[in-house]
Amino acid sequence: MSTTSVMGGIVRRKEDPSLIQGKGVYVDDIRRHGELASAFVRSPFAAATITSVDASAALALPGVHAVYTIDDVRHLGLNPAQVAVGTLRPLLADGTVHHVGQAVAMVVADDRYIAQDAADLVYVDYEPGDAVVDLKDAYADTVQVHDGVSNTLLTWNGHAWWEGVIDLPDPSPGIQEAKERDDTVVVSLEMVNQRLIPTAIEPRAVLADWKSGYDSVELWSSSQIPHAVAGAVGLAFGIGSNKVRVVAPEVGGGFGLKLNVYPDEILVCFASKVLGRPVRWTETRREAGFASIQGRGWIGTSTITGTREGKILGYELDAICDMGAYTHNFTVAIPLLGLFVASGQYDIPTSYALHCVVTNTPTTDAYRGAGRPEAAYYLERIVDAFAREIGMDPADVRKANYWKPDQFPVTTPIGLTMDTGNYEVNLDALLERVGYEDLKAKRDAARAEGRLLGLGLSSYVEVCGFGPSALAGLGFSWAGYGLPAAFNGSGVVRVQPDGTCTVTIGTGPSGQGHETTWAQIVSDGLGIPMDNIEVHHGDSIDSPMGIGTFGSRSIAVDGTASFEATNRVKEKAAIIAGHLLEAAPEDVQFADGGASVAGSPDRTVSWAQIAESAYQPHTLPEGMEGGLESSVVFSPPNATWPFGSHLALVEVDPETGDVDLLDYWATDDCGNVINPMIVDGQVHGGIAQGIAQALFEEAIYDDMGNLLTASLVDYPLPAAENLPMFSLDRTVTPTDVNPLGVKGIGEAGTIGSAQTIVNAVVDAVSHLGVKHIDMPLRPKRVWQAIEDARN
Amino acid sequence: MEISISVNGTQTGGDVAPRTLLVHYLRDNLGLTGTHVGCDTGYCGACTVIVDGRTVKSCTMLAVQADGRSIETIEGVAVGDELHPVQEGFWECHGLQCGFCTPGMIMSSIALLDNNNDPSEAEVRHGIEGNLCRCTGYHNIVRSVQYAGAKMRGEDPQGASQGVSS
Ligand code: FES
Ligand code: FES
Repeated sequence: MSTTSVMGGIVRRKEDPSLIQGKGVYVDDIRRHGELASAFVRSPFAAATITSVDASAALALPGVHAVYTIDDVRHLGLNPAQVAVGTLRPLLADGTVHHVGQAVAMVVADDRYIAQDAADLVYVDYEPGDAVVDLKDAYADTVQVHDGVSNTLLTWNGHAWWEGVIDLPDPSPGIQEAKERDDTVVVSLEMVNQRLIPTAIEPRAVLADWKSGYDSVELWSSSQIPHAVAGAVGLAFGIGSNKVRVVAPEVGGGFGLKLNVYPDEILVCFASKVLGRPVRWTETRREAGFASIQGRGWIGTSTITGTREGKILGYELDAICDMGAYTHNFTVAIPLLGLFVASGQYDIPTSYALHCVVTNTPTTDAYRGAGRPEAAYYLERIVDAFAREIGMDPADVRKANYWKPDQFPVTTPIGLTMDTGNYEVNLDALLERVGYEDLKAKRDAARAEGRLLGLGLSSYVEVCGFGPSALAGLGFSWAGYGLPAAFNGSGVVRVQPDGTCTVTIGTGPSGQGHETTWAQIVSDGLGIPMDNIEVHHGDSIDSPMGIGTFGSRSIAVDGTASFEATNRVKEKAAIIAGHLLEAAPEDVQFADGGASVAGSPDRTVSWAQIAESAYQPHTLPEGMEGGLESSVVFSPPNATWPFGSHLALVEVDPETGDVDLLDYWATDDCGNVINPMIVDGQVHGGIAQGIAQALFEEAIYDDMGNLLTASLVDYPLPAAENLPMFSLDRTVTPTDVNPLGVKGIGEAGTIGSAQTIVNAVVDAVSHLGVKHIDMPLRPKRVWQAIEDARN
Repeated sequence: MEISISVNGTQTGGDVAPRTLLVHYLRDNLGLTGTHVGCDTGYCGACTVIVDGRTVKSCTMLAVQADGRSIETIEGVAVGDELHPVQEGFWECHGLQCGFCTPGMIMSSIALLDNNNDPSEAEVRHGIEGNLCRCTGYHNIVRSVQYAGAKMRGEDPQGASQGVSS
């Protein structure tokens, strides 16, 4: 392993040696003495009343310890949510079920095999009712998911949310007038942004060990937000969150699906408390389609009104957004996040209505990008359609409408402030690198031969790095919903008495490489070798208060906290070293594992010597407190706004409709970069998930609310053969909302990619008359669209 | 049923319920938790091990079916402190993020390279088609396997240690 690191350098990951040897510890790898396993009895109906539950046969099975229903756990309350608009989920079905797969009873047994056998022996009587699955039907309230409650929970239509908080101008000046002018063009498309199942390869897993002698509990959970889970468990059992240790060890991918408090997390604690033994549960892949959240699920119309010269005079978005049956952590806030970036990189009047509608399906919540991929899709698809309509190059139309660098900080149509942006430079960097004009010529030449090549372009801007705690006042907080949790970043940097360094952070990775990136930040600041820095995370008791990993927020917020803590440790160490070396602190320099005096390189002390002094306070300068650590809480003044440009080249087989993705290029801008290798990896994975939505994946329900795609056989995650190499580059426009100048990169790839692919495929077949094809662009759909256009 | 299985060169065995999956035998009975479970349809490949020289998804085999056979799991790949070239490749080329697919991916890659230590990009992609990764988009996995191939051919490939990435 490399022993020194400079920020901005490629460094092998610290987390890898254990993972590549099969020695990483995920929740399902942990074994506790005397542990029991559990399984859930799940509803086969999307809407039904439960008339009876008979667990006698299950309880009679040897090795079964308990079967719990809502009567056992109702006193623990509902499953909490951070933005609690809508119907919260009961921990187990309470008299009714509202989606297929809803948990009705929990079985605890000696092992997972017996637990599953017993679950099959629990006899539940249902009185089926009417379910509503189709989004438009649900919006029409033909059938109500929850009796007496409108299916539309709320509509994000601009000012309602912000009233009294932000003073907004009219976001859509002149759109109607522009439409009526006879020199303008109006282009409109109805499009589906289909539901997806996030599908981390590690299924969710939980293991609880209630310590009756201490009235405290340890819970291991495959979670992105251990602190919030601790708050939820404490609330359910009426104990302080200081008695709940939630540990997220290695987490096998998150993507937002592990950014929730789930009923099973509370239920295994309950079972462990009652039975006096550790209790575990691990989701099966099929169960993940019911027991964890899904993402996307919008149907909407976007409309552009503009001039024939490419000036956009108005953008309108009207969409129905599927919430599923129950509200989870951020459910209704996901469309709001999309609304934050509804007008993308463009200085255009914007009007929007996003209707949050419940259906008899599992809950939707944050899936990588969370509202922003949907928003980018609707905008960038219609920008492309507009360019085609007026016969302009799609790159030129985009440039004609970008915010210009000298306009920053920009106030968007919905009243948020974008930090920094340099959109045209970024797009030009991409176009020059790929040889855009040559690519167009290549496409046209192929088309002249009857081959269907298409080029697709997309710009995007994302909002991330959450964020300013003032956002909590806008509803992004547990506060007000009774669930106490932090809304800040945090980092503690401590130099140990032996000169090694411990960093503990309020956020944690599910693959993003925090241990390496943070070690680089601290190593860069202190000159302590990477190998001597350990980064700890994911423990609600031992980690500083934080809110976890989501919204591409870790580096911008918690990273900054550790950076500041590093600076403070360094300041104190400079005084100590100066004292030891009889030099002024200003003359002390840190490098090569210790400190030296400027101009006299032979006057040095090691970190171990500095630390030894720090922990022997009598050796310190008069009046200095002992110890060598700093704890910093950081709340940025604003979110960050990364951006970028993506381009794809595809070939469509006119006979089969098969889409061959030939090349994919992306030029992203996430501000400064700590480890380019890790940043590129995030972009690769993000792009892959966007391509997956564009070409392969869809959560399909039948009219009865049955999920037809619960297994990986029916829900085709892309395999290696389905994807190309990705050609990446960057422009660098640092943010000014944190001293590192970093913006975050976890979701950018996903936000930029799905529409890039669809734009490319439509480009390949538009001369045949095809205007749009809904995702996923599987061969049959593409073939059908070509057929329909021809006939 | 009584079974006897060689795992990473050590003889293991005992009485197992006939319905015990091989992957659960490895994880629960032997504590070899590096072999992961990511699905219930034999599709993800997280559970891939090598049985008598061939890759097997250990969730699709019963422990009793492995009786008398010889199994290699991720825990047996490195020799002491010395990583296998494929492990080194994944580390040098950032071939993993969350690491959950990685043990299965490494086992499949070893089998692939044992047959062909100079695979093209397409051959790598084909060779690991039974292993799903949700994090990497496979770009760096392809590079990792090709790095390992170069290493096995006695070449000196460049990776993160030399400041080289994607
Ligand atoms: S666990 Fe998925 S293939 Fe075996
Ligand atoms: S590294 Fe996470 S699934 Fe492959």
